[in-house]
Amino acid sequence: MPTKIEKDAVTGTDTTGHEWDGIKELNTPLPKWWLYILYATVIWGVGYMIAYPAWPGLRSHTDGLLGYNSRADLAETMAMHEKRRAPRLDRIRAASLEDIRGNADLLRFAIAGGRVAFAENCAGCHGAGGAGAKGFPNLADDDWLWGGTLAEIQATIQHGVRTGDDKARASQMPRFGADGLLKPGEIADLAEYVLALSGQAHDADAAKRAQGGYADQCASCHGDKGQGNREVGAPRLDDRIWLYGGDRAAIARSIAEARGGVMPGWTERLDAATLKMLAVYVHALGGGL
Amino acid sequence: MFTRSAADSSPGAVVNQSAVEPRDEAVSTRVQRAALPLYVGRIKVHPKRVSGPYRGVKWLLLAVCLGVYYLLPWLRWDRGERLPDQAVMIDLDGRRAYFFFIEIWPQEVYYITGLLILAAFGLFLATALFGRLWCGYACPQTVWTDLFMAVERLIEGDRAARIRLDKESPGAAKLAKRAAKHAAWLAIAAMTGGAWVMYFGDAPTMLAALFKGEASVEAYVFVGLFTATTYLLAGWAREQLCTYMCPWPRFQAAMQDEHSLTVSYRAWRGEPRGAHKAGTSWEGRGDCVDCKQCIAACPTGIDIRDGQQLECIGCGLCIDACDEIMAKVGRPRGLVAFDTLAALAARAQGRKYRLPLVRARTALYAGLVLATMAAMGVALALRSEAELNVLRDRTPLFVTLSDGGVRNGYTLKVINKTQADRTYRLELSGLPGARMSVVGGEDAPADRPVSVGARLDSVESVRVFVTLPGERLAGESASVRFALRDVRGRQVAAHDSVFLGPRPRP
Repeated sequence: MPTKIEKDAVTGTDTTGHEWDGIKELNTPLPKWWLYILYATVIWGVGYMIAYPAWPGLRSHTDGLLGYNSRADLAETMAMHEKRRAPRLDRIRAASLEDIRGNADLLRFAIAGGRVAFAENCAGCHGAGGAGAKGFPNLADDDWLWGGTLAEIQATIQHGVRTGDDKARASQMPRFGADGLLKPGEIADLAEYVLALSGQAHDADAAKRAQGGYADQCASCHGDKGQGNREVGAPRLDDRIWLYGGDRAAIARSIAEARGGVMPGWTERLDAATLKMLAVYVHALGGGL
Repeated sequence: MFTRSAADSSPGAVVNQSAVEPRDEAVSTRVQRAALPLYVGRIKVHPKRVSGPYRGVKWLLLAVCLGVYYLLPWLRWDRGERLPDQAVMIDLDGRRAYFFFIEIWPQEVYYITGLLILAAFGLFLATALFGRLWCGYACPQTVWTDLFMAVERLIEGDRAARIRLDKESPGAAKLAKRAAKHAAWLAIAAMTGGAWVMYFGDAPTMLAALFKGEASVEAYVFVGLFTATTYLLAGWAREQLCTYMCPWPRFQAAMQDEHSLTVSYRAWRGEPRGAHKAGTSWEGRGDCVDCKQCIAACPTGIDIRDGQQLECIGCGLCIDACDEIMAKVGRPRGLVAFDTLAALAARAQGRKYRLPLVRARTALYAGLVLATMAAMGVALALRSEAELNVLRDRTPLFVTLSDGGVRNGYTLKVINKTQADRTYRLELSGLPGARMSVVGGEDAPADRPVSVGARLDSVESVRVFVTLPGERLAGESASVRFALRDVRGRQVAAHDSVFLGPRPRP
């Protein structure tokens, strides 16, 4: 609190009366306009509250005279970006998948657009970057159940897997155990045979016993050497990639219960350009064989 | 340490002496004499025209500073067809800054930091040696205020005429003069704002666009902003910017010592002051005839005879004004001069004084200037023409392939800073037997490089897959190094990364 206004001996200036531990503050007056600027900012603030949405009510808020609205702002920004994207999207729609992949500019655009669409629609099951999970195929490896060319990937995305749609990828492995087609001992032997096909440690005698059973029951789809068949989505059994696990118990369970995932078709949900960009993106994830 | 040199003649005495002629009082004195409120109206300063060597230097620097500011964007510099040919330009959209032969990318903004540090140390050195040279001669506020004052003087006349005009009741003549002055000020201000945006785009194109109404909203906003600030700061605020807003006058004292040259009134020679009748003796009195020409000339309206003070911008116009009077009354020049506090004290006591230019302080500042210059020079000389950044895929960390091999994905940012399109060879070391393939590009055999292209002056994003076939990875990870080589086989950039695989089975 100001105590005593006195005249400073050295400068001849009045003090403000403020004193801190013997240090006194000289009164060096500010120009008046400085103060007026403070008043002007207060008036500006009031104007701002009138011009823009400011005061909350119980249900809504004041709209402001300018009618500004951040949602409208967003819509405008989105429209602007749509407009910027339009020429390239038109080219993507017109071009074949091979042409997109062959054109550096379109490829970059498609991968960027595909990445966003993938994160929104696909990553929930297939994981970010297509890493996959148990039961959900890894899209970044070189093992493709239904084919990994651009056209095959696009077809799978468009129509899905086991959706009931005519064009969807579909196949059904018999439930050898659950439906009593094979005895538990035979299933255990078959599991040893499959372990042998993929070069893992196995019981050679059991595998030998299952040789005939494999040829009768499995080879028609999975191939006589376990090489798989993309026509019917039959997985390779001779490699190191296992969708449902590659150990003895997991293989036996797959034989007994038969497993197969379902993926929706996306033709109805995504537009043609997005579907194409998705195909190019997935192809570029590292698979594509 | 910074006692006022005029402390012996108390300010109270100054007030009494100048009460006769209130018109020529220093502004600070007039404010002091008023009963002090917390806020006061500005007392307008009407600086009088002076001529002399300091005024001459000030005119020269004004011409140089304004010349550089207005003309620099128009200077051309050939950088080939596809790059701007403007010598000095900041391309915000393209994210590049061009300065003659130097081109700066956003990540190299430390060059600008270095330049600012250099400027700061340079300012410290100049201040330690010569006081507020920057404030008095080169600060944009001073330069533009000087220009605006010159225009004002041309239209409204010198100090006496302007004071008369202020007091005149409004009429056609006064209105015409005022209108002419403000129109001229606004024209200069608009040119100032216009010149500013020339630094942010191709100047001829920008100028045409500005006049055709085709320039960007930002361009018009900045032209408007700088027009407004120039007009307000140089026309209206003037010395108030230095006194009330600028932080530099507040802490410049930290760079000065008693050997810094500042504009000083030599009280030992001038006091006791008083009017002098021609032909009478100078015995027993000082050289100051109290003509108050130093106050009249001062652009900040202070009395230099009160000693060093915050408001003094060190322009030296009072020196020119005083020297002219000293010549008229037949006394030696230099009653007001660039002098040091130590010299003033020494002379007051009759001691000799030699100015020590090399002092711990000046040596330190000079050393810092040289060190910064050296660091900048080395950084600039070693600036690479290409850079390589490697972003390793995080999802998936690695991919197991059907043959048990492992594949890792990397996104490479290949930065080509040269002014020509380049093709580099990308090599991988640390992982024998690995194959590289570029998405949308080359698929190389094991242990062979792939080629990647980068357009001139740009960042190319390249997806590269590294595949190690079979189960060959010892352990979970391996350190790898990507290296870029130019066509002659010289390594231009490299970046370390890791290659990850599954945990080996026990």
